[in-house]
Amino acid sequence: MSDFALKVRRYDPESGEPAYWEDMSIELEPERSVLDAILKYKADTDNSLAIRCSCQAAICGSCGVRINGQSRLACNTQLGEASEELRAHDGTIVVEPMGNMPVLKDLIVDMDAVHWKKVQRVVPWLLPEGDPPEREYIVPAESMIDITQSMACIQCGACVSACLSMEADPEFIGPAALAKAYRFVGDPRDSQTEERLRDLAEDPHGIYDCTHCFACIEVCPKDVAPMSQIMRLRRRAIGDYGIKDSNNGYGHEKAFVDLVEKYGTLHEAQLLPKSFGQGSLIRSQIDPDSLKQLAGSFPTVIAGLKSGKVNPIKAIWHKKLADQKQVKRIYNEVESRGERIELNLYIVGEDPSDNEGEGAQEPAGGDRAGADAEAGKSEEGAIQ
Amino acid sequence: MPQHDVLVIGAGLAGMRAALAAAEGGANVGVMSKIHPVRSHSNAAQGGINAALNPEDSWESHAFDTVKGSDYLGDQDAIEIMCREAPEEILHLEHLGVTFHRNDEGKLGTRAFGGASAARTYYVADITGQAILHVLYEQLMKHEEVYRYEEYFVTALVQDETGHVAGAITRNLRDGSMELFNAKKVILCTGGNGQIYNPTTNALVCTGDGIALAYRLGAPLMDMEMVQYHPTTLAGNGLLITEGARGEGAHLYNAEGERFMEKYAPNKMELASRDVVSRAEQTEINEGRGFPDGTVHLDITPVPRKRIHEALREIVMVARDFAGVDILNEPVPIKPGNHYVMGGIKTDTDGLCPVPGLYAAGETACVSVHGGNRLGANSLLDTLIFGRRAGAHAAREAKAIAMPTAAHSQLEDEQRAIDTIVRRERSGRRVSEVKAELGRIMDAKVAVYRDDEGLKEALEGIKRLQEEAKTVAIDDKGTVFNQDVLGALELGFMIDNAEAITVAALERKESRGAQYRTDFPERNDEEWLKHITVTHHGNGNGNASSDDVPELAYSEVTLTQWQPEARTY
Ligand SMILES: Cc1cc2nc3c(=O)[nH]c(=O)nc-3n(C[C@H](O)[C@H](O)[C@H](O)COP(=O)(O)OP(=O)(O)OC[C@H]3O[C@@H](n4cnc5c(N)ncnc54)[C@H](O)[C@@H]3O)c2cc1C
Ligand code: SF4
Ligand code: SF4
Ligand code: FES
Repeated sequence: MSDFALKVRRYDPESGEPAYWEDMSIELEPERSVLDAILKYKADTDNSLAIRCSCQAAICGSCGVRINGQSRLACNTQLGEASEELRAHDGTIVVEPMGNMPVLKDLIVDMDAVHWKKVQRVVPWLLPEGDPPEREYIVPAESMIDITQSMACIQCGACVSACLSMEADPEFIGPAALAKAYRFVGDPRDSQTEERLRDLAEDPHGIYDCTHCFACIEVCPKDVAPMSQIMRLRRRAIGDYGIKDSNNGYGHEKAFVDLVEKYGTLHEAQLLPKSFGQGSLIRSQIDPDSLKQLAGSFPTVIAGLKSGKVNPIKAIWHKKLADQKQVKRIYNEVESRGERIELNLYIVGEDPSDNEGEGAQEPAGGDRAGADAEAGKSEEGAIQ
Repeated sequence: MPQHDVLVIGAGLAGMRAALAAAEGGANVGVMSKIHPVRSHSNAAQGGINAALNPEDSWESHAFDTVKGSDYLGDQDAIEIMCREAPEEILHLEHLGVTFHRNDEGKLGTRAFGGASAARTYYVADITGQAILHVLYEQLMKHEEVYRYEEYFVTALVQDETGHVAGAITRNLRDGSMELFNAKKVILCTGGNGQIYNPTTNALVCTGDGIALAYRLGAPLMDMEMVQYHPTTLAGNGLLITEGARGEGAHLYNAEGERFMEKYAPNKMELASRDVVSRAEQTEINEGRGFPDGTVHLDITPVPRKRIHEALREIVMVARDFAGVDILNEPVPIKPGNHYVMGGIKTDTDGLCPVPGLYAAGETACVSVHGGNRLGANSLLDTLIFGRRAGAHAAREAKAIAMPTAAHSQLEDEQRAIDTIVRRERSGRRVSEVKAELGRIMDAKVAVYRDDEGLKEALEGIKRLQEEAKTVAIDDKGTVFNQDVLGALELGFMIDNAEAITVAALERKESRGAQYRTDFPERNDEEWLKHITVTHHGNGNGNASSDDVPELAYSEVTLTQWQPEARTY
């Protein structure tokens, strides 16, 4: 047993007072959870502290909160670990309600107003063609295992809370709802794959509104890797259906890939013009259709120049990577494959050289690696 | 006053299935839940769902396994219906979009489960319950004509002057407002009551609300003494390691390194019925062959890695996060823990209760298909089959009747009762203390092994807690998400459940299924091949009182094709 210090954000909408911090000291074993500590406080001291919770096992998705600034489940965050994190305030565990959603009371946020509304937006039910067969739909085993990764989502909202794009654009459909969308797009029983993809690509707050910040992958307690699902939606939209959306998300992705192929790293000055046409800033051959959108991005560029975030000299004369051949080799390797390989936690690679082994059998060493590998393996995928 | 032909209380698998079936039947349907539907405890079902869908399998074989598993206390007419309709239900779920595991041919694939003579458990990795729950919720989102009331808590049921159920009284948790819902038919799908035990595999919301609501209305409860202890729960917190682990080939060892199931079930070994395995473990522990922390070991390393990753990923996480054990490389300490209540509100095979207008389905109900012991993966099936049947029947019946009258005075009474709870002096014990004591009593005296003396002591304790619960202290005086007042109401429900369980366990003077009486160690078909029902004759509303005497009665077990035999595995 040790004493853990917690600082919990409280808010009582009926008091007329603003939110405030409450300090508490809870004696529990370090492997017990932050939720256990809060429940102990409720049990022994003040049961008016409100938090949604039920399963205590990271299954029901009720207890999403921010702990030391990071969105996660209170029930699977251990006290010992949380108090030792760098982010903790000198060992004090800071607990707040999730972000990007209005607070209703203490640690309870309004998920209906944000999260569920967005889920509803993606037409979250299967739309098969015609009448169902007499028996089951016959589909490849892998396809079911594949979408099981997005089925594993418990709708806890941690990713929504952490999503940077959503902070900038509250209308962004967001990581959880888009992961849910992939669950239908990846489902061979669904007959509306193309329509779904077109819809999500054309929506200005859709699949191209994600900035690949990885936050959702990092915080997801169920390894759903929402960003990877979003990237797969893009690859499907572009690679399988050639959807050229009016937001020009397609062009942007392609420019990304082409530039990295050419320079090894991202040539930022060329990204924008290339996204909208064939040219560079100097030899401008911009597709007239895209001019309007391109003009729309100038304020961002100018702001970048002003703040010194963009150095015009460096940006325009971008250096190639020293060993550019290696980059080319990766591209050749990937492009020579007949089929796109999608990594997934439930299919963890069946590399014949790997029998007992760790390596490929492990859930891809954290999803970041998995997502990178995935992106790299797709023909048209963005390489970040 | 909101009105619905059919009001479904609870939105787990049973509730959502009932709501969808009732809507298909043309009824105007409302479905309410005290937590968001996808948070319901059906989520926790990792293992799978049974159905004899393979051409080589037969529903008779599934039914026989279920009958034998029930220790012959299950009603065979109901079991036949469940097993016969199971394949169609699985296919229906598949058509709705459940991502069931496929075999190499792309057809539905199965895994083995305890107490079953064929591998007939269909599954989605180890998130079967979650996958089905989320797909049913997708269907609710699709069918916007079904009204959803999320985060609404039912505090009482309402009857008209003829005794026909006329609706329910609810508290909207978001703002504390109380409402009277008027309905022609009410279906209770409020799940189990595991929280009366500590530890338990059940979630915090499993407080037996529906069972108590019906009990207070005078509906008979049946088979309440049959409380399942699951063989593999984590020692500290009661979290479940799915039976799927043993289905995939995991072994049990005692501290002497013995695979002890050889002694108790030489044929089925780890895959004998749950009551058998739980008792075996408890015997090993009681006789000193367990580990010092009162556990035995579950070793999952015989299962191939690839298989663990694709089918048992959840428990790798659970063991890592909640027990600090890397089960890929070492055994995990486990023990039997409270898991499921076979008993519940007595219903017929259409979910209809003896109280007119009232239905029940799912873990809240007792049809009885599980009898003395539920087989793994039969509960999800029970929720779906009888949820659907109840929904369809209620919709049909609702057409034939006019809206019953619900007196407003009941709403005022309830409102007043809750105001009194909120306003009372902070002199009594804390909700948490009373609940903890209840959990201790039940786990010590109404668990795997029971006897007359212990059960009587338990009942005394429960009666005392019943009184103490009436004066528990309340910290929260507000209306928005007042979880404190909710906790006090749930505590009342839990104690009523505990009373019914203990009274029934005391009454059954034999050992059958989950009920093992050390003072009556044999099964006694001559005297006890019958259901026990417990009925409460209180004042209708409010907690049962310590001087109320629950009425005990018996009802026949329906036998169709299978005569009781000795039960070996
Ligand atoms: C850890 C675990 C693993 C399991 N694994 C399996 C398995 O592999 N296979 C299997 O077949 N079975 C399994 N079971 C059993 C099975 O999951 C449950 O019996 C079943 O899901 C119960 O479903 P239900 O619809 O009856 O209730 P629940 O899913 O518990 O739903 C109850 C609903 O009622 C609502 N409610 C309750 N009280 C109120 C109230 N007062 N007012 C309003 N709403 C209320 C709740 O909000 C909830 O929506 C498992 C159980 C546990 C605990
Ligand atoms: S990766 Fe995309 S979806 Fe995920 S948090 Fe970042 S911006 Fe949001
Ligand atoms: S994707 Fe992950 S973080 Fe987001 S809601 Fe689902 S489980 Fe939670
Ligand atoms: S309490 Fe269910 S996810 Fe934390």
